[in-house]
Amino acid sequence: MSDAVFMVMMAMFGGAIRVSTPFLLVALGETLTEKTGRINLGLEGNLVLGAMVAYATSYSTGSPWLGVLAAAGTGTVLSAGHGWICKLPKVNDIAVGIAFMTLGTGLAFFFGKPFIQPTAPRLDAIELGNWSSNPQVQQALKINPLFFVGLALAVVLWWMLKNTRWGLIIRMTGDNAAAARAMGISVDRVRLVATAAGGSLAGIAGAFLSLYYPGSWNESLSSGQGLMAVALVIFARWSPIRCVWAALLFGASGALGPALQSIGISKGYYFFNAAPYILTLIIMVLSARSQKAAHEVPGELSIVK
Amino acid sequence: MMKTLISRRRLLKNGAAALAASTMPFGAAHAADKITIGAIYVGTRDDFGWNQSHAAAMDILRQVPGVSVVEEENVAETDAVAKSMESMINFDGANLILATSFGYYNPFVLDIATQYPGVQLRHCAPLWNPDTDPQNAGSYFSYLNQAHYVNGVAAGLSSISGKLGFVAAKPVQTVLSNCNSFLLGARSVNPNATVQVIFTGSWSMPVREAEATNALIDAGCDVISCHVDSPKVVIETAEARGVKTCGHNADQRDLAPNGFITGAESNWSTTYKIYADALMKGETVPNLIAGGYHNDMVMNTPFGAGATPDARAAATAAIKGLKGGKPIYVGPLKDNTGKIVIEGEVDNYAPELETMNYLLEGIIGSTT
Amino acid sequence: MSLPSASSVARPHRKPRLDPRSLALIEASVIPMGALLASALIFSLFLLMLGKDPIRFFSLVWTGGVASSFSIQNTLQRAAPLILTGLAFAVPARIGMTLLGAEGALVLGGLASALIAIPMMLGGWPVWLGLPIMALTAMAVGGAWVGLAGWLRHYRGVNETISSLLLTYIAVAIMNFLVEGVFRDPGSTNKASTMPLGPDWRVGDIPGTSVHWGLATGLIIAALLWVLMERTTFGFSARIAGGNLRAAQAQGLPVGRLAVASCAIAGACAGLAGFFEVAAVHGQANASLAAQYGFTGILVAFLARQNPLAVVPVAFLFGALAASGGLIQRRMEMPDATMLVLQGIIFVTLLTSESLYGRLPFLSVSQAGDRT
Repeated sequence: MSDAVFMVMMAMFGGAIRVSTPFLLVALGETLTEKTGRINLGLEGNLVLGAMVAYATSYSTGSPWLGVLAAAGTGTVLSAGHGWICKLPKVNDIAVGIAFMTLGTGLAFFFGKPFIQPTAPRLDAIELGNWSSNPQVQQALKINPLFFVGLALAVVLWWMLKNTRWGLIIRMTGDNAAAARAMGISVDRVRLVATAAGGSLAGIAGAFLSLYYPGSWNESLSSGQGLMAVALVIFARWSPIRCVWAALLFGASGALGPALQSIGISKGYYFFNAAPYILTLIIMVLSARSQKAAHEVPGELSIVK
Repeated sequence: MMKTLISRRRLLKNGAAALAASTMPFGAAHAADKITIGAIYVGTRDDFGWNQSHAAAMDILRQVPGVSVVEEENVAETDAVAKSMESMINFDGANLILATSFGYYNPFVLDIATQYPGVQLRHCAPLWNPDTDPQNAGSYFSYLNQAHYVNGVAAGLSSISGKLGFVAAKPVQTVLSNCNSFLLGARSVNPNATVQVIFTGSWSMPVREAEATNALIDAGCDVISCHVDSPKVVIETAEARGVKTCGHNADQRDLAPNGFITGAESNWSTTYKIYADALMKGETVPNLIAGGYHNDMVMNTPFGAGATPDARAAATAAIKGLKGGKPIYVGPLKDNTGKIVIEGEVDNYAPELETMNYLLEGIIGSTT
Repeated sequence: MSLPSASSVARPHRKPRLDPRSLALIEASVIPMGALLASALIFSLFLLMLGKDPIRFFSLVWTGGVASSFSIQNTLQRAAPLILTGLAFAVPARIGMTLLGAEGALVLGGLASALIAIPMMLGGWPVWLGLPIMALTAMAVGGAWVGLAGWLRHYRGVNETISSLLLTYIAVAIMNFLVEGVFRDPGSTNKASTMPLGPDWRVGDIPGTSVHWGLATGLIIAALLWVLMERTTFGFSARIAGGNLRAAQAQGLPVGRLAVASCAIAGACAGLAGFFEVAAVHGQANASLAAQYGFTGILVAFLARQNPLAVVPVAFLFGALAASGGLIQRRMEMPDATMLVLQGIIFVTLLTSESLYGRLPFLSVSQAGDRT
């Protein structure tokens, strides 16, 4: 039995790393955007379009990293559109986000048809598990560089928001736009840049899906990772570090269903497969009332008014 | 239900691969006229799986003089499909509709058939009942489990550990039957072989399919097969981990140059050739076409690099056996809860196989 | 400018031709129409760049969505669930809540109505009693499911956007678990479904059409919800709470009850849509209930600017696009996603046009005064 427990633990550990990366990247991008008081609900569109563009680029040029770059560029452009429209008066940023989700997904499916069949060169992993003789350990420790990029970014973002002038500008814009304007900050420009940067990360998250794990382009590639990751930001209470934990939790619990079935526990697999959602909801119900939460909300954020 | 099965059984026993319930021409006006075929797919046409297997075979119909084919993809199993069929009839003058997804039949194909008696509808699943369902409807389907049996034979001899893995979408009859046949194929060459199954709960969910594949490999499986709509992710994930694979529904050889053994494919071109011949003669396409290896309705993908010489020989022999009617299910067989589910020898086309709702002993997994 | 002009003084009985209210109405029609036109132009450019003929495209949309009685019925049938799910988003949005839970309520509501029908059918209950019970069950279950998100928001401080999204995923898991498990009809060997409804237990079509009664119900509910939101204290309080939560609380409005009630109404609408999917379309509950109507409803509601009455024409627009999508695939050899791209462009353009309200010079109130 301890073998079985070890297997499930390893699967969840490996799953946490493999499955969490797209959640982590989208969540970090959205954290940056939301810290400026703007919400972009449309990152699912960036993710799907990014996945398609990355795959198509990698297929046409033979270079997966060029694909990642192209996905980042696509995500930036799409979200810059969001940021630009939201500058206009009387425009609802939540609605514009959903509009861009539709547009991004539509464009991805429209232009993505010819790339469902072919096999594109994929991103390599760094093999960190060669010290172990256990193939499962080796497998779990095959880690894509983008995961480390995500971790590093979380730390940098956390540090930047806390300690730098930019961080101060972003936080001030997000907490009280009027005060920021009084300080001479161009609120619209800060939000535009933050939204575009967030969008590029969501594009990269898409590239991770199509070029690494599961490493293929098709129309059901994303099962709502982009939308869920935006929700995880609220769950993580706008902290880049907590985004890491939230994404890891989501990835690990997502691996639970298949892992339990692999040791022969398959009754009620729909609920094991829904574990990430159930677990997140439980944690939110248990933790949301805390006094701390209220302080961490960017004051200008429309969705948590 | 039983009556359907018995009558279908009777049809099949008569040895007729194709049985035209009516050989009436499309009617004087249509006999020499243009025929428009409407084909409807539930997913994308190039999914390396179910939809692709149909779309590819559709070319046979396209080549018939005077026949044009119109297609729609990504049509959901809701009233959307009823409206798509009606739209094809109203705007394109479709006189034959091929509805290729299971959930299209009841109530949508039935409703449209009743509403448009002049249009022929054929649905790809064993559902049409000649006694109660409209005579302008019909079914075509293949016993793909026979090809999965051959997969099992080849996998059993290509595996070192004897532990095979199977990524399955949902615990429905076709999936269970393919999985059970895969096991029996493997056990016919290695009595200790086991099959571990993981259900993803969805016909297409790439991330979970990849997770399931990895979980099976981590559990020690060294050959992976599957029954999902687009097997590309499963095959590629297994190949990347250096594990052998058996395909499903379409030719996936190129996706796994090192580990591909063979794959189970429906040979829809057999059906569509029969349709094309009927159309060329100005006849109505047959109401029911069904079968397996004995009438070229299923086939196995040519062997890949993962198939050992033993496996190739045994699989080829198994195909020969199936063509000759050698039964797959020979009792007594227990399900994996210990209950005897098959007493004696069961014909490969026996109706009782179509109510299969169990996994056989030797399969690790459960249906709920 | 503010002085009345000589002519209106001379003829005091003649009212100004354009009072502010009708001006607002004109504005609310001119801007979306202009935006629709603009999105058609943008999409035409998109088509031209791909070497496709925009005129052919739009004439096919016309043919497939509007031009014949079949096309209109196709459009209306596809619009029917979207009206209800659109309302499911619009109502709580008026109180400032962004709910992504309609899909889950639709799925669970549909499932519940299919399940409660089984003992009634077996017990030989009269259909006229059974169908309303099924509908009410669907509404109750849907209402409770989304109401839970409202309750969590108010009493536990859980953000309703994330909880309603999570609840949707959980609802689909529950549905699949029950449909494949205890409530699976043994006859459904290849697509797990609940026991099929008998032929009398189906909701039929509106006489003379092939559109089911869900459409008529949707229209009635839209009208009722418009009255509720525009003409009652409930709607008034909800709008105040939506505008400024703290002010509403300071005035002693029961914000918590308002929030829960709005969510429950939303869930009931979506649940009702689920009932019609079961009783009018599928005749049983299965995984096909999760057909994204709940999510499309979000787009519908946003384009309708959360106005219950405007939800109806917007749902028709979406219905027409869906109805003509197949024709575009077949005639122009363009992918099914073409319609998604068009939807996205319409959506972005319409939302951008929101910023024009009150800024169109020829529609400003002061100028209208000049014209009288």
